[in-house]
Amino acid sequence: MFPPIPNPSVSPDAAKPRFGEKDIMRRSASEVTPPAQRLTEVAKLIDVSKCIGCKACQAACLEWNNLTEEIGFNHGVYENPMDLTPNTFTLMRFTEWENPETENLEWLIRKDGCMHCEDPGCLKACPAPGAIVQYSNGIVDFQHENCIGCGYCIKGCPFNIPRISKVDHTAYKCTLCSDRVAVGQGPACQKACPTQAIVFGTKQEMKDWADFRIKDLKSRGFENAGLYDPQGVGGTHVMYVLHHADQPSIYANLPDNPRISPIVDAWKGVTKYVGLAAMGFAAAAGFLHYVVAGPNRVTAEDEENAEKLTEGKGPAKGPPSAPPPAPPSGPAGHEGRAT
Amino acid sequence: MTAVNLPPEVPADIQPGDAVRPGRPVHVSRYTLAARINHWITAISLVALALSGMALFTPRLFFLTGLFGGGQWTRTLHPWIGVVLFCSFAILFVRFWRANLPARVDVTWLAHANDLLAGREEKMPEVGKYNAGQKGVFWAMSALIIVLIVSGIVMWDQYFYDLTTIPQKRVAILVHAMAAVVIICVWIVHVYAAIWVKGTMGAMTRGEVTGGWAWRHHRKWLRELVSRKPRAPAE
Repeated sequence: MFPPIPNPSVSPDAAKPRFGEKDIMRRSASEVTPPAQRLTEVAKLIDVSKCIGCKACQAACLEWNNLTEEIGFNHGVYENPMDLTPNTFTLMRFTEWENPETENLEWLIRKDGCMHCEDPGCLKACPAPGAIVQYSNGIVDFQHENCIGCGYCIKGCPFNIPRISKVDHTAYKCTLCSDRVAVGQGPACQKACPTQAIVFGTKQEMKDWADFRIKDLKSRGFENAGLYDPQGVGGTHVMYVLHHADQPSIYANLPDNPRISPIVDAWKGVTKYVGLAAMGFAAAAGFLHYVVAGPNRVTAEDEENAEKLTEGKGPAKGPPSAPPPAPPSGPAGHEGRAT
Repeated sequence: MTAVNLPPEVPADIQPGDAVRPGRPVHVSRYTLAARINHWITAISLVALALSGMALFTPRLFFLTGLFGGGQWTRTLHPWIGVVLFCSFAILFVRFWRANLPARVDVTWLAHANDLLAGREEKMPEVGKYNAGQKGVFWAMSALIIVLIVSGIVMWDQYFYDLTTIPQKRVAILVHAMAAVVIICVWIVHVYAAIWVKGTMGAMTRGEVTGGWAWRHHRKWLRELVSRKPRAPAE
């Protein structure tokens, strides 16, 4: 058993947050100087092999975060609700999987929610300064007062996690209980888990604990057991122990190789610079042309020619190719249509 | 004066309301009041869309959200302004598309585009109501606005989130950004042309230009108008 996190001390000092503004490592749509010293990285480890699907974590999450889910419908499956919502930061996803090797039916239960990526796609996509921050302990948190509800974080996220509230039009997701972690507590879901399928500690502790669990699983015949800490997003601060780590996608479409979409990279990267350069170039070219070539003015001669044309005399100096006045339906009066 | 009275062989680039009024200088009506209102609604929408769009395009311009009442308001208003632009431009399209159909002279005009920019206007061929550059702006705007409204709806999560998948939305958002950059460049060309070619603004403000302007820039159109002058009232 992983040693449980002790209950909080009642001394006034214990309520003092252990991390905050000064520990912000990344801030959406802003440039920040990362703190000189990084906090110890934290992580939540979800051992799907120990999960019994009781949903205590889901209930604890709602309770701690003071969320109320809408009363829904029974769809005849175990998921409830059917997907993450602005109120459901974490969701048990159930998969009935037939193992082709053993022909056994395996009931795969995965607690879905924010993975707290080391390289967060949501933060990269976010256009609102300070709406998403990443603390140096690895927690990625949404700051609702700065959120504009555009939903870019949804496009940036490789795990399909954030949801926009129809009530306040801001994005919601798991906070890794940053408020609890700040005072030395573990997340509410971890606290509520009756089987230690969810454990919380430093990232190194979690990796070590995962090693122990993986060895145990391997000894029980799950030879592909392993840790899910995807390097495509720089590793995550929510990790899974999977008994079939060679195929994460069987666990309700957990991405095999998550990474920030190259389209999102192109949009937030090269498009932005090339786009601003193109617009700047167009404006500069216009300005330069005006300075060099000067305005294109109508001359007195043009006005005289127009007057002569309207008075039916024909202008003094018409171009030889088009003898004035042009006949109304002559060859010069009708253009051939190219298309 | 109206289209109903025009003979069937009226050139495509003569539009309702186009007329010559002799005098010194000659006045040429180029845009009706309705066309001008239509144009300016489109123009104001486009500028508002560019400002609010660029605010969300790059953090350096996020401060532009202040013009719209903050980030949340910018996010809410931008798509609705887009709807206004789309509808307004659709009407503009119906008004102008015939006069913007490609013609043979456009090829010659484009071949001499350098002469135009260098101020050698006398080398340019006689063109109708629109030259090839103006037609290019018109068709580029038309195509880009369709791309922008379609990609915009795909990323309009408040109402259309369920219609598309996230990978589709990612493509839409990239396409939207790129199309927006291009349309802003087209807009710069359009505005610059109006500033550079003196006497042009009057067409979209008072609705008319001088005969000299028409002679210099759209001589074929002027000739067509003069040749059917008896049908148009003088005042």
